[in-house]
Amino acid sequence: MMTPMQDLAFAALSGIVIAAGCLIAFSRNLVYSAFALLGAFVGVAGYFVLLGADFVAVIQLLVYIGGIMVLYLFAVLMTSGIGDVTLTNRSIATKASAPLCIVLIILLGKLIYTTEWYVAAEPTEIAPTTAAIGNALLTEYLLPFELASVLLLGTLVGTVALARRGVKVIKKS
Amino acid sequence: MHFFLENIWVIPLAPLIGFLINGLGCFLRLPYVKSRKFVHFVACTAIFVAFVFAVGVFFDLLGMDPAHRSFTKTLYPWISIGSLEANVAFLADPLSAVMMLIITGVGFLIHVYSIGYMHEDPGFARFFTYLNLFCFAMLLLVMGDNIFMLFIGWEGVGLCSYLLIGFWYEHKPNAVAGMKAFIVNRIGDFAFLIGLFLLFWFLYQQGHPTVAFSGIQENVHLLEGAKVGGISLLALVGILLFIGATGKSAQIPLYVWLPDAMAGPTPVSALIHAATMVTAGIYMIGRLNFVYSLAPEALVVVATVGALTALFAATIGFAQNDIKKVLAYSTVSQLGYMFLGMGTGAYTAGIFHLMTHAFFKACLFLGSGSVILGMHHEQDMRRMGGLKKYMPVTYMTFLLATIAIAGIFPFAGFFSKDEILWKTFESGGHQYWYYVLWGMGVLGAMGTAFYMFRAVAMTFFGKLGERAHEIAPNEVEEDEHGPHQHEHHTPHESPKSMTFALVVLAILSVVGGLVGIPYALGHFFHIPNFFEEWLAPVFAGAHGEGHGAHHDVPVIEYMLMVFSVAIALATSALAVYIYTKRKDLPARFVTRFPRLHRLVHEKYYVDEIYQVLVVNNLLRINQLLALFDQKVVDGFVNFAGTVVRFSSKVAGFTDNRWVDGFVNLVGNSISFAGASLRKAQTGLVQNYLYIAVAGVIALMIWRLL
Amino acid sequence: MIQMQHFLMMSAVIFVLGIYTVVTRKNVLGILLGTELVLNAAALNIVIFGFYGNQTIESSIYALFVIVLAAAEAAVALAVGLTLYQNFKTIDTTETRELKG
Repeated sequence: MMTPMQDLAFAALSGIVIAAGCLIAFSRNLVYSAFALLGAFVGVAGYFVLLGADFVAVIQLLVYIGGIMVLYLFAVLMTSGIGDVTLTNRSIATKASAPLCIVLIILLGKLIYTTEWYVAAEPTEIAPTTAAIGNALLTEYLLPFELASVLLLGTLVGTVALARRGVKVIKKS
Repeated sequence: MHFFLENIWVIPLAPLIGFLINGLGCFLRLPYVKSRKFVHFVACTAIFVAFVFAVGVFFDLLGMDPAHRSFTKTLYPWISIGSLEANVAFLADPLSAVMMLIITGVGFLIHVYSIGYMHEDPGFARFFTYLNLFCFAMLLLVMGDNIFMLFIGWEGVGLCSYLLIGFWYEHKPNAVAGMKAFIVNRIGDFAFLIGLFLLFWFLYQQGHPTVAFSGIQENVHLLEGAKVGGISLLALVGILLFIGATGKSAQIPLYVWLPDAMAGPTPVSALIHAATMVTAGIYMIGRLNFVYSLAPEALVVVATVGALTALFAATIGFAQNDIKKVLAYSTVSQLGYMFLGMGTGAYTAGIFHLMTHAFFKACLFLGSGSVILGMHHEQDMRRMGGLKKYMPVTYMTFLLATIAIAGIFPFAGFFSKDEILWKTFESGGHQYWYYVLWGMGVLGAMGTAFYMFRAVAMTFFGKLGERAHEIAPNEVEEDEHGPHQHEHHTPHESPKSMTFALVVLAILSVVGGLVGIPYALGHFFHIPNFFEEWLAPVFAGAHGEGHGAHHDVPVIEYMLMVFSVAIALATSALAVYIYTKRKDLPARFVTRFPRLHRLVHEKYYVDEIYQVLVVNNLLRINQLLALFDQKVVDGFVNFAGTVVRFSSKVAGFTDNRWVDGFVNLVGNSISFAGASLRKAQTGLVQNYLYIAVAGVIALMIWRLL
Repeated sequence: MIQMQHFLMMSAVIFVLGIYTVVTRKNVLGILLGTELVLNAAALNIVIFGFYGNQTIESSIYALFVIVLAAAEAAVALAVGLTLYQNFKTIDTTETRELKG
């Protein structure tokens, strides 16, 4: 059962998310797009809170906004140069993609509103999930958890290996 | 309680660990793989642990109530999609226990043997890695409690077979032989998969979607009477699965890969291509006996193909000079017997022959390997002779195994082969066709005795190299290492690790048959047919298994026994006589019937026929497809452009005044389409994604609207 | 009254915007922004079903793994992007089409 307050929050978050999403998708300026991503992430984090996934919401804020976003901004600034930050022309097949995406959203909407979803019970109260998640990660989901850390380690090594070439170039010159 | 049953997972795990240790060492070039001692210690220990556990499982099962000797150990759910449930679960019942014992026991002996045989090979570690992987896959095949695990094992052993046939891949024919085995098996696997899908789909329609053997057994009766395109569904499933088995177990028409598979190292031929992997098809039929028992048409097909193969391959064996080729065709022929037994509904007899065959054929192959090593990589029997003197242990074991395979009382082969032939004869009472099959089986048995004693006589009797002059000078000499220079060395006996395995296997081929003494002989001494009683719970309900009907033994059974022993003895004696005393006879025969000899020597030209009928046509289709791709698909884009140019030219030329607007519209839209089409070939990732999204939309439209 | 369908619809909107971004952007970084949106939509979907479905924390855990994967993907993809930039002096996908660097 959602309270009117939550309804209001949903509407506001939806506004943020749609605005940010549109900015990402349609803005001609890459820097705007990158900053709009921040808005989208915040919006989704808000949804997570509404859906009772408080821990995920916090992680979303920390990882996405603290980590990934900064990474993106660095990349944008490093590749385009600060001078010509305006190059992000969309190009290919805009005319063909737009109808495709519109059809896709219509179909998805039809799917969402015609399917009879399984709803266990109207959720009543929202309990904090952090402790339960911690327990689960170190018991039932220990293997995936460890695998994820191995994956991250692999990512780290791989990224360094890719970047090493750049270091060499600098040394030579 | 049942310690070994609870820990049954150790059996496949041990070879897997051995594989990982040696495999990682090979892959990462770790220093420890340079130590041969370490490598073979790991590999042999792994398989020995598996063997110990298999023996433990056997005794645990023995301690259970005979009617409930079945145990499933579920490790974890593996696939669970919708109504499909497949677990990683191991099934221990009498049938899989027999297979486990064969695989780990014979496998261990062959591992030990390989220490000596592969001693000088640079690929020592790689060899043991593959062997362990093979044991793992084979154990999965026989221990899985559902069809999926069987299939995983089925493909796994195929892979290992390919890897090991092409083990000396530097020499091209070996690599080609490996690929041939792989591709021929793929053809069978295709039918096998379709059979599995059909079975599952129809079970699903009956409301019992299951892939576990127990589940299929419970529900398969629901499918009785179901028809697909006018054919009984179960017969179709049975035949499709059997086609898969013909590929793996080398039956007509897909047996062609097995003789070529002798390009692999000899222990591999013994383990994979004689004792274990090629019997996977028989195991599969035994495991799914409840399906086959409901599909008599499929059983007739199985029996007929088996009998035909038994006879056909035996005749090819007459004219082969390569010792391993003789054994290869002998294997094909013996597998035919097993299928004949399966097709008669005498599943116990088929599995029994599988077991005894594993003993004596592994012994024969290992013996031939010992001979080959002793002769310094010489495989042509015409260059051998008189080896009795040089290699006494090999000679004795080889002779014992030969007597066993020839079916002479009381060696192992007699009991199992006679059981099959008798059951076939008995089935003749219901269906006269089985009398014909029985006749073929007897002829094949005569052939077996003849060519096997021919091989013994040519290899061990007479004098060394007395037949070398029969070799035509233009014959290319090849062995598993490729063409080689002939040198003269004195043959020598093989090292202890090899003769140990030989002796153990020879003893098994002598006494192995005693576990399954038929009632007709056993009841005089009150010896029960242990093997039949052991397997009875698995094959309960299968027709043709005469339980409790042992009270009066028809006189004809004794007559047939005496008859088959007599003909086996006679043909054996004939072969020995011809190839030791009357050495001119074979040559005379060849000059008398040159065409017949050539036909048999060239294996009835089956490979050549396949080349012309199948391979060439396939290549032609390939070329056609390539042409289609070049001309039609590529041409389509060009054609679109040409059409647009042409049409707009014509249109503009004729009507550019009054239909101008319309023509332009058509032209523009088509050129727009052309431009869009051209963009499909840009090589941009986004275009592919675009098409993928379009595909998703198409799917959604199809499902939603 | 906000119901499950509304959440799902928002997730679908984010997803389609992401797809549109990926398909139409020339800039590698733009494409990556799009993939982040798509991944976020997926995570959101998981959480929605978890919330309205069985009310277990499994959904949160899956969403966490999606985030972890997204982080890994972003790091590697950006490193690839930088390498691309060093080689081609541009990150425009319509120009960086040669496979041989």
